[in-house]
Amino acid sequence: MSAATKTDNNPAPTAIEMIKVKVDGRELEVPRLSPDWQGKLAPTTMIQVCEAAKQDVPHYCYHPKLPVAGNCRMCLVEFGTPALGPDRKPLLNADGTARIAKSPRPAIACATPVSPGMEIYTSTPGVKQMREGVLESLLINHPLDCPICDQAGECKLQEYSVDYGQSGSRFVEAKVHKPKSVDLGPRIMLDAERCILCTRCIRFTKDIAGDDKLGIVNRGSYNTISTFPGTAFDNNYTLNTVDICPVGALTSKDFRFQMRVWFLKDTKSICTSCGTGCNVHIGSREEKIYRYTPRENEAVNGHWMCDEGRLNYKWIQRTDRLRDVLVHGCKSSWGEALREIAHKLKQAPPGSVAIIGSARQTNEELWLLSRLKSRFGAISDSFPRDGQPDKLLVSADKNPNSNGARLTGISFTEAGINLAKIADGIQGGVIKTLLVFGENVVKRAVSPAALSEKETTTEAIEVHGITADVLAKLETLIVSDILPNETTRLAHYLLPGCAHAEKRGSFTSTKGRVQKFMQAVEPAGDARPEWDFLQDLVCNVTGKEGFHSIEGLFNEMAKSVPAFNGLTWAGLGETGVSVKI
Amino acid sequence: MSFSIPAGLEAEIDELITHYPVRRSASLMLLHAIQEHFGWVSPEAVQWTAAKLGLEPINVHELLTFYPMFRQAAPGRHQIKVCRTLSCALGGSHALHRHVCERLGLDAGAHGLQTTKDGKFSVEFVECLAGCGSAPVMMCGDDFHEGVSGKKADEILGGCK
Repeated sequence: MSAATKTDNNPAPTAIEMIKVKVDGRELEVPRLSPDWQGKLAPTTMIQVCEAAKQDVPHYCYHPKLPVAGNCRMCLVEFGTPALGPDRKPLLNADGTARIAKSPRPAIACATPVSPGMEIYTSTPGVKQMREGVLESLLINHPLDCPICDQAGECKLQEYSVDYGQSGSRFVEAKVHKPKSVDLGPRIMLDAERCILCTRCIRFTKDIAGDDKLGIVNRGSYNTISTFPGTAFDNNYTLNTVDICPVGALTSKDFRFQMRVWFLKDTKSICTSCGTGCNVHIGSREEKIYRYTPRENEAVNGHWMCDEGRLNYKWIQRTDRLRDVLVHGCKSSWGEALREIAHKLKQAPPGSVAIIGSARQTNEELWLLSRLKSRFGAISDSFPRDGQPDKLLVSADKNPNSNGARLTGISFTEAGINLAKIADGIQGGVIKTLLVFGENVVKRAVSPAALSEKETTTEAIEVHGITADVLAKLETLIVSDILPNETTRLAHYLLPGCAHAEKRGSFTSTKGRVQKFMQAVEPAGDARPEWDFLQDLVCNVTGKEGFHSIEGLFNEMAKSVPAFNGLTWAGLGETGVSVKI
Repeated sequence: MSFSIPAGLEAEIDELITHYPVRRSASLMLLHAIQEHFGWVSPEAVQWTAAKLGLEPINVHELLTFYPMFRQAAPGRHQIKVCRTLSCALGGSHALHRHVCERLGLDAGAHGLQTTKDGKFSVEFVECLAGCGSAPVMMCGDDFHEGVSGKKADEILGGCK
């Protein structure tokens, strides 16, 4: 954690004393106190200073967001402190510089505080030798199974072996064999032989997830990570232990043996499973998504994400995705369908159009819908989607962009309050044209279990009286969605849309963080990003040329939506910008 | 759960907990008290202990598996401990241990406590029993035997009912 990013996020209330230390001969000024894993001020450690000095110190057990354990010994460094005379005054060299008394013993950089004038040596022959020794010890009982190990390619043991390892093993004794393929929980598989006992997983589940389920059992070289026999490691954050495991001991059952990590394309994206907006990396190859992993963003999700959100990607690759533009059930083309829709909309009398957007759509798409809304004096709303929150990351709002829907004027303080009015309007024959984007509006009984069913992205809580019979009264029903459902089957115009992984855009989280995401894979069939065809539709209706890039569209939206004033697509950066909501 | 702690033992345990400023610190003493009473520490006893001290069962399970003198399964009626520390090792304790194991049909190379199928004997290779002057030494239950030869071991085993 560099000092710079820290001050961005939580400016120190009082000035912290700065002290001078040297790392490999280079002097730098560091604060005497730095935020520890909880963000509380604690004496700055050597490893934090080395990081600030851009001097890499290899480590396994140390993690900036976990309590320090100091058990792997990989971060051993040599150091010295200013020598003091009998009068407690610093002794000076002949040239007037402080004489340094080099410590006879090394120290672990992760747990040793720095003091004024300290000199840290990270690249001496002694340090190199220590790293080699530590690594050799860690590898004593480690199997040589990198070719079939999921961690290969992102494994600290592999990486440090290149730097400090030996080409052959000197260990002639019998290796201790430990359990392999241990079913630790519903999503986690443990290979105990690969484990180097850094205890990152134990500390994570105890101190971050608050579920003290893991421990080290047995003794000495028989040490093994385990749960209490008969219990499962099954909280909603277990897969984070796979990320922080520096070796291939903890593996994700979902990703296990699926793809070599070096083949994966990395795309910066946002998790859409709730309103928190955890930053993710999408790992994909050849238009197929293999995994989500959390992307560090101190302002949103830190280093973590929940298992539920992480595994919620398979619906994107469902084979029954909507692929074709359909007009009254017959295959059509985008140009034709959009021209017809624009024609119908232009003829619609004021007040006869209603728009139901989705808080799963992007800010840009919702804004384009709101432009249609103001053009036709339409009534609009989106669907609320409530779930169970938790203390760490999961929000009660299961929509990724409820604030976007509100700020662009599609929904109101309470999402869903207009749905009954829309139903009445259709019943009463006032509303003749309905645009539905990304929601299955047909009222039906939904059990709470079905709501957490992650594959059905188009399910929603029913709070209104829109039934199939009501929809049948409409003159024109325009529907855009990703997966087929009852509403898409009733549509007069069906426009296939894209999952967030197939397009670019931005969401506004429950806390008002506007964050953008990038495209990982190509859309299914003839599907187009909603912002792209909505742009065409708005252009057809208004006669004004729009923007054909997401950048231009976002910047235009930012000018017209007060909450987004001053934002630019480029300015969002990789971790987003907080706005007042 | 059929597991229950008798009132007397629970009173003893409650008293033990008062010896420590932090409840967790009493973990080892509780396990000792339970093993003293039942002869071993069952998974149910671990859960009971954890609940008693406000811990997760894994916290107690870690301790139980760390210390070899805690029994995770019911040991034999007669527990044989053969010393393997330096003096006894020089005095032939490895041969003695192998002899005892072979006589009882146990694997001398296996790790940890070995119990015969009939549950009569358990054999364990242990660290110093403090009889270095008369190596090799072994214990049978609470009885201490010095200068144990193969023949003497046979007699000791034969004397166990």
